[in-house]
Amino acid sequence: MIEKEIKSIKFGLLSPEMIRKMSAVRIITPDTYSDDGYPIEGGLMDLRMGIIDPGLRCKTCGGRMNSCPGHFGSVELVRPVIHIGYVKMILTLLKATCSSCGRILVGPDKIEELKELMLREEEGKTIIEEEEKEALELIKERMGEEEKDITEEKALDLIERAKKASKCPHCKAKQGKIKLVKPTTFYEDDKRLLPSEIRERLERIPDADLKLLGINPEAARPEWAVLTVLPVPPVSARPSIILETGERSEDDLTHKLVDIIRINQRLADNISAGAPQLIIEDLWDLLQYHVTTYFNNEVSGIPPAKHRSGRALKTLFQRLKGKEGRIRNYLSGKRVNFSARTVISPDPSLSISEVGVPQEIAEELTVPVHVTEWNLDEMKKFIKSKTYPKANYVIRPDGRRKKITELNREEIVDELTPGYIVERQLVDGDISFFNRQPSLHRVSMMAHKVRVLPGKTFRMNDATSEPYNADYDGDEMNLHIPQTEEAKTEAEELMPVEKHIISIRHGEPLVKGHHDHVSGIYFLTNSKAWFTREEASWLLGQIGIKELPEPRSNGKYHGKDIFSMLLPEDFSITYLSKMCVHCGTCEKEKCEFEAYVKIEKGKLISGAIESKGVGGELLKKMFLEKGPKITREYLDRVTKISLATLMLKGLTIGLSDYDISEETQKKIKKILSNGEKEVNALIEKYRKGELESTPGKTVEETLEDIIMDVLARTRTDVGRVIERSLGQENPAVLMSKSGARGSLINVTQMAGCIGQTSVRGKRISRGYRNKSLPHFKEGDISAGARGFIKSSFKDGLKPTEFFFHAMSGRDGLVDKGINTSVSGYMQRRLINALMDLIVEQDSTVRDASSNIIQFAYGEDGLNPMKTGEENLKEKISD
Amino acid sequence: MQDWLKEYETKLPFTVFELLKERTKELDEKKAKKIFEKTLKEYKKYQTIPGEAVGIIAAQSIGEPGTQMTMKTFHFAGVAEVAVPQGLPRFIELVDVRKTPKYPVMWVYLKENKSREKAVEIARKIEMVTVEKVASIKENFAEKEAVIKLDSKKLKEHGLKTADVAQKIEAKIKKKVTVGRNEIIIKEKKMPLKNLRRITNKIKQVHIAGIEGIRRAAVVQRNGEYVVQTDGTNLKEILQVEEIDHTRTISNNVKEVEKVLGIEAARNVLLNEAAGVLKDQNLNVNIRHLMLVADLMTVTGIVKPVGRQGISGQKRSVLARAAFEETVRHLLDAAIDGTEDKLTGIAENIIVGKPIPSGTGKVELIMKMVKK
Repeated sequence: MIEKEIKSIKFGLLSPEMIRKMSAVRIITPDTYSDDGYPIEGGLMDLRMGIIDPGLRCKTCGGRMNSCPGHFGSVELVRPVIHIGYVKMILTLLKATCSSCGRILVGPDKIEELKELMLREEEGKTIIEEEEKEALELIKERMGEEEKDITEEKALDLIERAKKASKCPHCKAKQGKIKLVKPTTFYEDDKRLLPSEIRERLERIPDADLKLLGINPEAARPEWAVLTVLPVPPVSARPSIILETGERSEDDLTHKLVDIIRINQRLADNISAGAPQLIIEDLWDLLQYHVTTYFNNEVSGIPPAKHRSGRALKTLFQRLKGKEGRIRNYLSGKRVNFSARTVISPDPSLSISEVGVPQEIAEELTVPVHVTEWNLDEMKKFIKSKTYPKANYVIRPDGRRKKITELNREEIVDELTPGYIVERQLVDGDISFFNRQPSLHRVSMMAHKVRVLPGKTFRMNDATSEPYNADYDGDEMNLHIPQTEEAKTEAEELMPVEKHIISIRHGEPLVKGHHDHVSGIYFLTNSKAWFTREEASWLLGQIGIKELPEPRSNGKYHGKDIFSMLLPEDFSITYLSKMCVHCGTCEKEKCEFEAYVKIEKGKLISGAIESKGVGGELLKKMFLEKGPKITREYLDRVTKISLATLMLKGLTIGLSDYDISEETQKKIKKILSNGEKEVNALIEKYRKGELESTPGKTVEETLEDIIMDVLARTRTDVGRVIERSLGQENPAVLMSKSGARGSLINVTQMAGCIGQTSVRGKRISRGYRNKSLPHFKEGDISAGARGFIKSSFKDGLKPTEFFFHAMSGRDGLVDKGINTSVSGYMQRRLINALMDLIVEQDSTVRDASSNIIQFAYGEDGLNPMKTGEENLKEKISD
Repeated sequence: MQDWLKEYETKLPFTVFELLKERTKELDEKKAKKIFEKTLKEYKKYQTIPGEAVGIIAAQSIGEPGTQMTMKTFHFAGVAEVAVPQGLPRFIELVDVRKTPKYPVMWVYLKENKSREKAVEIARKIEMVTVEKVASIKENFAEKEAVIKLDSKKLKEHGLKTADVAQKIEAKIKKKVTVGRNEIIIKEKKMPLKNLRRITNKIKQVHIAGIEGIRRAAVVQRNGEYVVQTDGTNLKEILQVEEIDHTRTISNNVKEVEKVLGIEAARNVLLNEAAGVLKDQNLNVNIRHLMLVADLMTVTGIVKPVGRQGISGQKRSVLARAAFEETVRHLLDAAIDGTEDKLTGIAENIIVGKPIPSGTGKVELIMKMVKK
């Protein structure tokens, strides 16, 4: 039950009276603790401002350390000082109001005009609030908004006018020129205006005029921005820490307050001793400095207050500001209990909707269970148990929490009745949130069912790695256990992995098989996949299927038939797989690459399954037609059986898989030298001045473009030759063709040639004067001198090539680093701008102020996750 | 239209309705109605449910693939084309609503779009011609004069005469000039000589033909028609040209389109440009996410940027603004204004520790417990 709820927050300035009223103690001495380590009365650590040491009691409320919220104190400043946050406002007010009568420096007619506008605006608002009216009224509302703009403009104009006035239209007094010398000193016609005088002037401004100047007098009288009393925050807001040496180290704010009180004291002493005005003003300025830096230690124009070590103090503004500030670090983001973090590793035996949790973690994390008469015995069993799974705590109906120990176990079992809450350890089937940072989208956190396992890492099915963007090279992930029935239900209903197989970003599957899942399923379903009875039953046994398909005519079992057993009975789809070479005339079922995948009524008729079969088209159609549960089961089984198939068939690559016949090597050499020749010919042409520039570009740029073009083509040609030479059976080619891992470029670079390296998207030209490396002649712009690598990774790189490769590699790293920070900031801005947009009950999209942004989400209200709608690529044509 | 059809007209999306109407034309009312009913049922099944945080979804869907976008500023698609800005910098440019994009481009569609010659002719006509482009200028400091030697061939190309140029120059520098044969002489008597240099610099930039701001115009082929692509934009002027297709000609400068064609056009440019950037990068994002951003940026009738000076900085809630950027300033201003934060948004409620008004947090349920 929520007893009290914050409905709204009103902001305002504290008046001196208010500060005194809420002050529990007036601080008079700059000292903190007495010699015996006890807080001094009237000092900055006075016990009436709350306590930070355990064992003591607050002298104001009597509360202990965790029940006393702390209380403000106050310091009476002997001379007023300016609040640094309001210097600008004070300047405007001094300029815009009369120095003697306090009225705004414009004629009554102008004032009346603005007043009327403001009044009308207010009335307009109340009319609309009062009752809904038809279209006409709505138009009026729009116009009201426009009027508001006019009002705002008028108000600004009024202030500008007032600032320029040299004579008061009300009392006819002549106005001096106000100047601000940053940060806090004001002058009127070269005569210093002391804060006390500024305060007097601000006091004179009538409430009615303040409204015109954009100040709400009910919330903030301007003279309150010139401080006469300084509130002292409770000690709990500035706790001191005790170092190992037993010394106390005070908080930065306390240090600053000590300074303020000390100077304030000295100022008081000097005044009462009748010191000369000059000395008093100096001390006054010093007090102003300390108060200024107490608020903001980063004011331009004055040196920041520093620690003895030279580190700048972190004062009030700095505490709030920025990523590590109070607001973003502690209010917008909060720490939680019931969470765990450890390294992740893949485990195909788990379902995609499960997460393997180490027993050590399961013993620490708990789920609260309300004891009822129906689960009383079960809960007693948990409490009685001395080994996992047991109960860690019980919470009595009065809210007292008890740890279960050897001593009180029997006692608690006896007193356990409905109404108690038992915090039992995590067991199989509990729901949890699984998350990997950076949480860039909502599928970075999904609900998984717990499976308690031995070991020390979180285990997950690799099909779920893509939404988390996880790999297993040491990645860590977080686990959270929801603690209320509402939270658990929401997790199970809204966040399970199986309901997020298709991404809402583009309506394509995100949870899908990768790597071994793909190559495995390919080995299972290609035409050569024959299995003996033993093998077939072992494979199906892996996924718990206890019957075999019909053997084919040769008495053996075919993988296609085995795969068909995983499919839902009435599922049909036909698509062209990634193996398709786009030959023009489609041979359909007779395709030599087995690219024509046809599934009819749950039977795989033709084609070999590749990455599109464990993700892509097949999975998408299944999800949309059959729903989350069946798709999950399919994925669970596919991941298991494909790995099992790999155990039978095996996939391996070695250096020899990249061996190329001598004949092919010759071909490659020829292609490379032809490319080089072509480039040289171009350069020759350019040198002779025969090269024509494309419009809008210089000849040099044109040359670069063409060279890049030629060299890129050269590399692709090499790739083509290699692919032909290695053949479809080659494991590396097979992996890239089936979509399991790598691309043809990777194969080319390993076996043939690496190709052009680049820095900043251009051929490498920087380094030395007119050359990239010392090994070349000045002005050499041939392929080799500008970063084209003829060698392959297998053959090894020449020294110059190696250097080019390193340059290109570093460029990539730098680029990536910059890119992540830039795009991260863009995402933060987008999220901040869009976060309030929500679909309402009437299916409109509205913001926090209930303004309609869209009448139907995406103009038709459809959810791309549910429709699997075709994406941008197809939708937008130029 | 039959009466029963009208009911579906408002309930189904326009295109779906039209398609169904066309396809069920031959059927009798009972059958047709059944089809409509079923379609409607299906349509409702795929609706986004109330409470869905579509804003967050859109922001995430755009932001997440942002890490995969290149930082490389531009590319040259094909050989003859003008530089087209792309990648992350261009996307940021769009959400920031820069006054002028780094690479302003116009796509000028033509009424007669099948002939390359015609297109080239128009391209030449709209390309801005400055004095610099058709003449060489020499300063004669001894005589205190600048001599402009006009290239008669180039002049002819643009259909200009020496007198035209002289007139334009006179108008610009507000000074009498002497016109010779293919030659214009400007005298500058005033000392110091620096003045002469200033004037020649000014003359160089005098715009004598074409449309101001269009640095270059190239003819490209787009979907089987010839289109003029320009480097530099001036939508207002280009729309005055007779030969162009006014309905499709567009600039990639959102601010400019807002001013010339209005807010709806600006919204569409924003949407198409953003979609174009993602498409170029081979990133797959559903269009409705971009639509939401474009709509939010344009609902008020003026294009507002995403960020500090725009949407985030103009939110009603103090806490939401303080949580974004310039924390202290927002809090200080709120105090003198006496602002009241009604806690209607997401960020505010997170800050005060209340359930957020979105999804299941938007629904209030009261259960009456029956006492035993």
